[in-house]
Amino acid sequence: MDNIEREGTILEKNELTTNIFEMKLYAPKIARAAHAGQFMLLMVDEKGERVPMTMVDWDAAQGWIDIVYQEVGTTTIKLTGHSVGEKLFYVAGPLGKPSRVAKYGRVVIIGGGVGVPAIYPIARALKAQGNYVVSIIGAKTSNALVYEEKMKTVSDELIVTTDDGSKGLKGFTSEALNMLLSSGQHFDAMWSVGPTLMMKACSDVAAGKIPNSFASLNSLMVCGVGMCGACRVTVGNKILLTCVDGPEFVSYDVNWKELAIRLKSYMREETVSLEMLRGADKL
Amino acid sequence: MSKVGKRVQVRTRPANERVKDFNEVELLLTEDEAIKEASRDIKYCVAPCMNRGCPVNVEVPTMLKLVSQGKIREAYESLITRTPVPSITGRVCQQEVQCEGSCVLNRLGEPIAIGAIEKFVGDWAIENGIEVAVSSQKKGKSVAVVGSGPAGIVVASELQRAGYDVTMFEAFHVPGGVLTYGIPEFRLPKRIVQKEFEKLKNIGVKIELGAVVGTTYTIDELLKDYNAVFLGVGAGRPMFLNVPGENYANIYTANEFLTRVNLMKSYMFPEYDTPLHIGKRVAVIGAGNTAMDAARSALRLGAETYIVYRRGRSEMTGRAVEVHHAEEEGVKFMFYLAPSEFLSSDGVNVSGIRLMKMKPGEPDRTGRPRPVPTGETVEFDVDMVITAIGFYPNPLIPGMTPGLKTDDHGRVVVDLEGRTSIKGVYAGGDIVTGESTVIEAMGWGRRVAKTIDRDLSRS
Repeated sequence: MDNIEREGTILEKNELTTNIFEMKLYAPKIARAAHAGQFMLLMVDEKGERVPMTMVDWDAAQGWIDIVYQEVGTTTIKLTGHSVGEKLFYVAGPLGKPSRVAKYGRVVIIGGGVGVPAIYPIARALKAQGNYVVSIIGAKTSNALVYEEKMKTVSDELIVTTDDGSKGLKGFTSEALNMLLSSGQHFDAMWSVGPTLMMKACSDVAAGKIPNSFASLNSLMVCGVGMCGACRVTVGNKILLTCVDGPEFVSYDVNWKELAIRLKSYMREETVSLEMLRGADKL
Repeated sequence: MSKVGKRVQVRTRPANERVKDFNEVELLLTEDEAIKEASRDIKYCVAPCMNRGCPVNVEVPTMLKLVSQGKIREAYESLITRTPVPSITGRVCQQEVQCEGSCVLNRLGEPIAIGAIEKFVGDWAIENGIEVAVSSQKKGKSVAVVGSGPAGIVVASELQRAGYDVTMFEAFHVPGGVLTYGIPEFRLPKRIVQKEFEKLKNIGVKIELGAVVGTTYTIDELLKDYNAVFLGVGAGRPMFLNVPGENYANIYTANEFLTRVNLMKSYMFPEYDTPLHIGKRVAVIGAGNTAMDAARSALRLGAETYIVYRRGRSEMTGRAVEVHHAEEEGVKFMFYLAPSEFLSSDGVNVSGIRLMKMKPGEPDRTGRPRPVPTGETVEFDVDMVITAIGFYPNPLIPGMTPGLKTDDHGRVVVDLEGRTSIKGVYAGGDIVTGESTVIEAMGWGRRVAKTIDRDLSRS
């Protein structure tokens, strides 16, 4: 029997590598309805932000959801500060439209940084549909690479890139993609999840060569249910909302420049918030 | 000249004091004031307010009579047969066009301060912990109320009191819908809203937060567990101007700005984590109630604030009292100007607006002169913009529910009694009307609660 009072309880917490954490949450009402490509919202405490988190894995029967996050600001630092057994103030989901999973043929899956765990369930779902899955996963350096083993289990081929060449190919995921395409490989569909610049670069490389290309956007959000417009982005000359119309869009139609602009909206305030949090730590 | 008595003066905090905080602007009547006002000129009363004035037909004469006798508890019990939340409706209804607007005393002097008395009674009941009576006859049937805004509150309250088991589903972390995320603290303190929800819980209404109906639970799933489902999910999706530069940083929709301020308490950042850019000079586009709420909130955050409106002063849709409060507090108004482009000097943040000068043209379908571009533009420097130009109905549930009929505007189609195209599913409020007021939504709630009761009693 689902225990609604326990919804949002932290079941496990692991540091996958420096600053990147995997957290298992008890959230049966979300897990039972989850699909690849969707996200959830959480608030760490009553004064917290509503932050979207991609659902990386879930189990409907056992009622849990895995999320993976990089500790970068107030919310994620507070999140890590919570222990197994503690309950988050609020969880909601699943949100957003599921990935357009179907039998395409040959698909290329590209993940960068914490985008690798985020793309894992999409790769898994595509593999389960009988697609031939080629995955390209990248990180700044070998130590920052996560979910390599998991990605192997859902990929027919796996290519690793690091910016500094400490593991796999030296360079960006978009360069690896370019290499595959230049060598004559053909793909029917592409997915990318990662930093804005990475997704844009991959989309540019794929344009005219891969008929279906989807990117899962990381817009700033507040409501998550389509009423506030914080996560708006221009896609194909229409203003769409990442939370309800996305998060996955046809990458060729996304106005990447605008997405990058809007992601910069609160840099000053984020510093203020962090300084306050660090000040509070000292007390 | 006038034979009628003088209307009680509802005290407001001085403008220069209230712009410094988010505390309530209009103060509560004292008991003596309420009793005196309720007793005033009662001999003229023919109660047009009840039938022509009020969407939920509040029995104003009964309330006035009981208050005039000092029977505040009885007045509350009478009120909640029509509005379950008088502390809220007393604050946010447009009394000047509804009950007070239709009062016969308008012809002789000033109308009874019905809203202020209603608010007094509602707050008195909260302060004195008055419990709401519930039918002792349980119906043995359950109803799911989707959305915890004005329409949902009425349906939940009426049906629970009639003996049904009601569960409310709310996507956010706090219940109340627009009462919580939209209407600012200085017009409707959130403490009051939460007190009203405590009362709902006390009569047995269950409230599930973080439940996004459409994805967490589908309508089909709810229909398996509940005998009826009411959709009161409101107006959601913001409209955009669709002019160049609209997505620069620091351009907010009113919904986002107000959600940050009210729901997420950004005005207390960084104590609360949700950030908000606070401009030096803010332009609010639009002149409805939402625009006034946004402008007055921006003012309180320390910004020089302008309402920019494409029509003239007399065509503003905001309540007169809100426009008056806004002006008193220092909001400036610019008329016959419409944004044609947003400008940015650094390519990231908004730094100005190019405004098209407008002039009144032929009347449009609202009967107001249609604003017509003159071709002449001016530039206006701002470092923050809030667009408050309206909403579409919330698209989430219709989008996720095959078989739920909607019209061209995305509004859920219902019959006159609130039945949708799916058996057992009802709807009311802004999801049906598009965009209306709190009390209109509550009127829908009352109507649909009756329908659900009738339909479930039959089956």
